[in-house]
Amino acid sequence: MKPAPFEYHVPDSLEQALELKSQKADDTKILAGGQSLVPAMNFRIVQPSVLVDLNRLPELSFIREEGQTIRIGAMTRERHLEFDASIAKHIPLLTEATPFIAHPQIRNRGTIGGSIVNADPAAELPVLMLALNARLKAKNISGERWIDAKDFFAGMFTTALEPDEILVEIELPFMPSHTGWSFMEVAPRAGDYALMGVAALVTLEDGKCKQAKLVYLNAGDGPVDAKEAANVLRGEKLSDALIESAASMASEQEINPYGNVHTSPEFQRHLANVLTKKALKQAMQRAEENLQ
Amino acid sequence: MTQSFPVTINVNEKEYKREVEPRILLSDFLRHELGLTGTHVGCEHGVCGACTILFDGESMRSCLIFAVQADGHNITTVEGLATASPLYGGTEGGGGLHPIQQAFWEAHGLQCGYCTPGILMTLVPFLKQNPKPTEDEIRHALSGNLCRCTGYQHIVDAVKLAAEKMR
Ligand SMILES: Cc1cc2nc3c(=O)[nH]c(=O)nc-3n(C[C@H](O)[C@H](O)[C@H](O)COP(=O)(O)OP(=O)(O)OC[C@H]3O[C@@H](n4cnc5c(N)ncnc54)[C@H](O)[C@@H]3O)c2cc1C
Ligand code: FES
Ligand code: FES
Repeated sequence: MKPAPFEYHVPDSLEQALELKSQKADDTKILAGGQSLVPAMNFRIVQPSVLVDLNRLPELSFIREEGQTIRIGAMTRERHLEFDASIAKHIPLLTEATPFIAHPQIRNRGTIGGSIVNADPAAELPVLMLALNARLKAKNISGERWIDAKDFFAGMFTTALEPDEILVEIELPFMPSHTGWSFMEVAPRAGDYALMGVAALVTLEDGKCKQAKLVYLNAGDGPVDAKEAANVLRGEKLSDALIESAASMASEQEINPYGNVHTSPEFQRHLANVLTKKALKQAMQRAEENLQ
Repeated sequence: MTQSFPVTINVNEKEYKREVEPRILLSDFLRHELGLTGTHVGCEHGVCGACTILFDGESMRSCLIFAVQADGHNITTVEGLATASPLYGGTEGGGGLHPIQQAFWEAHGLQCGYCTPGILMTLVPFLKQNPKPTEDEIRHALSGNLCRCTGYQHIVDAVKLAAEKMR
């Protein structure tokens, strides 16, 4: 099918874009990579009356180090995250997980900001933002504010952004030292949305787990941070038994998968259990290698 | 109100000037406005890959880009391959089949051919970035293109052959 008519604007400054966002109708949509929005428009699931295209704003496309953080412009293509050397060095979890997002043809166009604002519970980037303690910078015509990733995702395809706000920048702290990481998912076909997936981080100190993080995709209304499972590990020497109980805690108590045409919720819980154990072991091993 | 925008789009190294309504997809622009029907349309939601083109040299879905967004950009479609400049792996002067097309012919990499243009346009940048792909990498690269006929085996063979030809 074809999209319904809309009024198109392609601002050449961010100010102009913010102005349009504040003046125009409530159903004004930002057009970023279009890899989620345009399919929905083609099917007429959404029919925005106004589109504001950010693709002519090079100032929103960058990856740079600042202190102990990496700053990423909202219009940075997913494909560029995949090959960036400073991300690979300081935030290897992001490098590892990005190729799981769709196919190269989609990542060549899709943006980090678009995926975050889209807030699809099955998407990788929202999970990574939560796992990596990202801060997200939103702007409107009168100012800006930073939102912690944990306060940003407000439910299925819903975020804390106000209607007049644009996500402009993402700040990711470097992963702490002595930290191992893992990203694992199961999808029906490479590049499809996954049935279940997990990002795991383990920080070791004196042979014990100082800090752990487990965040799941397609496991509820948004990215699911399994805090209790991480608590099971904190302060302990990691053993198979402990990993087993963290995996049970997360897969039986903390996630709330809905199932879909490819899977039942029970199978998703099973996958979460298996993936958690594998991911924790890989993260632990990498943390140990980091110590050497 | 129906808006229309003047665009100048370079397709296969030829400049086209047109007026477009913003809701016209790049895929429809190429097919209906320019008559370049080699770019196929299967699903119009990014899944099948039949509409894959090169946008400034990178593979993308033309069904998920509005034609107005291509203003000032360089597009390559399957029609540009055979006669392509050396820029896209063709021979000086053009005319013959691109080595990837030749390999698809020789290794029977297509049956009905519906998926083929999208697959070729996916492979051009892939083989440039990865001239010696493993079978696993080839299958990964093809995962964003659906083929309902071949079962993929001959496509994988064709990619291997193409990689050899292009080394
Ligand atoms: C075949 C296919 C498979 C896919 N598979 C996956 C997958 O496995 N995993 C995955 O995570 N994703 C997948 N995607 C989605 C892809 O990653 C999208 O690119 C991404 O979700 C949206 O990014 P975008 O830049 O294309 O955003 P758009 O589609 O342009 O926008 C998405 C939404 O966010 C809003 N928006 C965008 N940017 C901003 C901003 N800066 N400020 C405020 N609002 C904004 C838009 O108005 C729109 O509502 C797939 C897509 C396709 C077509
Ligand atoms: S028609 Fe564009 S991906 Fe199917
Ligand atoms: S050859 Fe028929 S769809 Fe691929």
